[in-house]
Amino acid sequence: MIFVDLTLVLLAIIGFVVIVGIVAIAIYNSLISTLKQVENAWAQIDVQLKRRADLIPNLVETVKGYAKFEKGVLEGVTKARSALMSAKGPKDAANAENMLSGALKSLFAVAEAYPTLKANENFKALQEELSSTENKVAFARQFYNDMVMKWNTMILTFPNNLFAGLFGMNKEKEFFQATEEEKKTVKVDFSGM
Amino acid sequence: MPAMDFYKQISDNKRMTVLLFLAFFILIGLLAGIISILLGGLNVYGFTYFTIFGILIILFALISYYSCDSIVTFVSGAKEADKKKFNQLYNIVEEMCIASGLPKPRVFVIEDSAINAFATGRDPQHAVVCVTTGCLSRLNREELQGVIAHELSHVKNYDIRTMTIATVLVGIAVMLSDFILRFAFYSKGNSDSKDSRLFIVLIVVAIILALLTPLIANLIKLAVSRKREFVADAGSAEMTRNPLALASALEKISKDTEPLEAANKATAHLYISDPLKNNKGLWLKNMFSTHPPVSERISLLKGMSN
Repeated sequence: MIFVDLTLVLLAIIGFVVIVGIVAIAIYNSLISTLKQVENAWAQIDVQLKRRADLIPNLVETVKGYAKFEKGVLEGVTKARSALMSAKGPKDAANAENMLSGALKSLFAVAEAYPTLKANENFKALQEELSSTENKVAFARQFYNDMVMKWNTMILTFPNNLFAGLFGMNKEKEFFQATEEEKKTVKVDFSGM
Repeated sequence: MPAMDFYKQISDNKRMTVLLFLAFFILIGLLAGIISILLGGLNVYGFTYFTIFGILIILFALISYYSCDSIVTFVSGAKEADKKKFNQLYNIVEEMCIASGLPKPRVFVIEDSAINAFATGRDPQHAVVCVTTGCLSRLNREELQGVIAHELSHVKNYDIRTMTIATVLVGIAVMLSDFILRFAFYSKGNSDSKDSRLFIVLIVVAIILALLTPLIANLIKLAVSRKREFVADAGSAEMTRNPLALASALEKISKDTEPLEAANKATAHLYISDPLKNNKGLWLKNMFSTHPPVSERISLLKGMSN
């Protein structure tokens, strides 16, 4: 009698351990793949930002030909790009990116007042490329936030939360926030014209 | 109706689709079972017929699964879009791919002034998105973005695969009913009085079911199609975070009464709005429509933005 009971108990324990093991493996794998998705999403943002920086020289060349164009605005764009190229570390880069965003916004806002520039085919193509790139940066950030939400939810819900701490994967990630600078609307000053 | 956020919309609709498919399989299982019994009796012969049907069903499904994208683009006269000429379109598609994490699909264009679009392909790696030239000239950039996002949602949710399977199921259901109606009278049966009474009941049930099945199967398929349209609308809102863009595009589409020449009954369900301009709000007519009423779609989208 005792032997039968022991065997059953042993089998039950082994069965339990096996099931827990399988669940743990499944959870670990899904955590890893989500983590990689988050990292990939973050890298994508940089891809789009670089694309934007690469388009700038072409833009400056096209706009320079319109001699009467607001010199200050053009210089703002060029300066921002140089700052970006010489940035050391992510904080500097982030600041430079914000400067560039602001400068580009000013440039396009001011361009509204120059009908010949607006009609220029090169400028129109560049405008579409740059505004599309701005969109892509925004969507890349949106996608990153979506992945962060997925990650944060995953590590906090049951049964993942039981294992996440064990695997060292229970740190919530930060959402990408728009900076104060980016939230400000661009004020265009036509008084200098 | 209180404003629903898009995540809840999407999960509600997906659940509905699963239930509808369950109904489909039960219906077909019933039919195949009846036929098997009628033909071979409740024994190994009947079971053999059932297996043969099963194999045919799987074969049909596989064939349609692998060939759906090329067939559709060929039938609608769509041509792959030139990257330089349709630069903005490619940009918008790329933007939406970034927002959704999908790989870039191939982009096709149909020369037609009607505003419409469709997506096809068995999975995101083999997807095709197609818009009319009417879309490009009459929608602004935001609206076009909303439409493309809707189509990419279909790709993301494997809707094309779902609807292909649904079409195959309808075909099978119709085929089985046809079979019953033709061969019900040639069925095997015992001369035992108790058994023959049961058999007559079975035959009557079979005939009624056979007459109703094509109708029921089609209604189920259309209900699935409508649910997926709502899911795709919600998916578009999720991608662009701008539900009003698609709402505005739908408004423009609803005001456009011109039917799309390239579409026909077989491909109508793929488009973003009924290209044959069928539904006009009547309840009964709506049950036979591949798309939900545009007014309902617009109000749902507006409800998502607050």
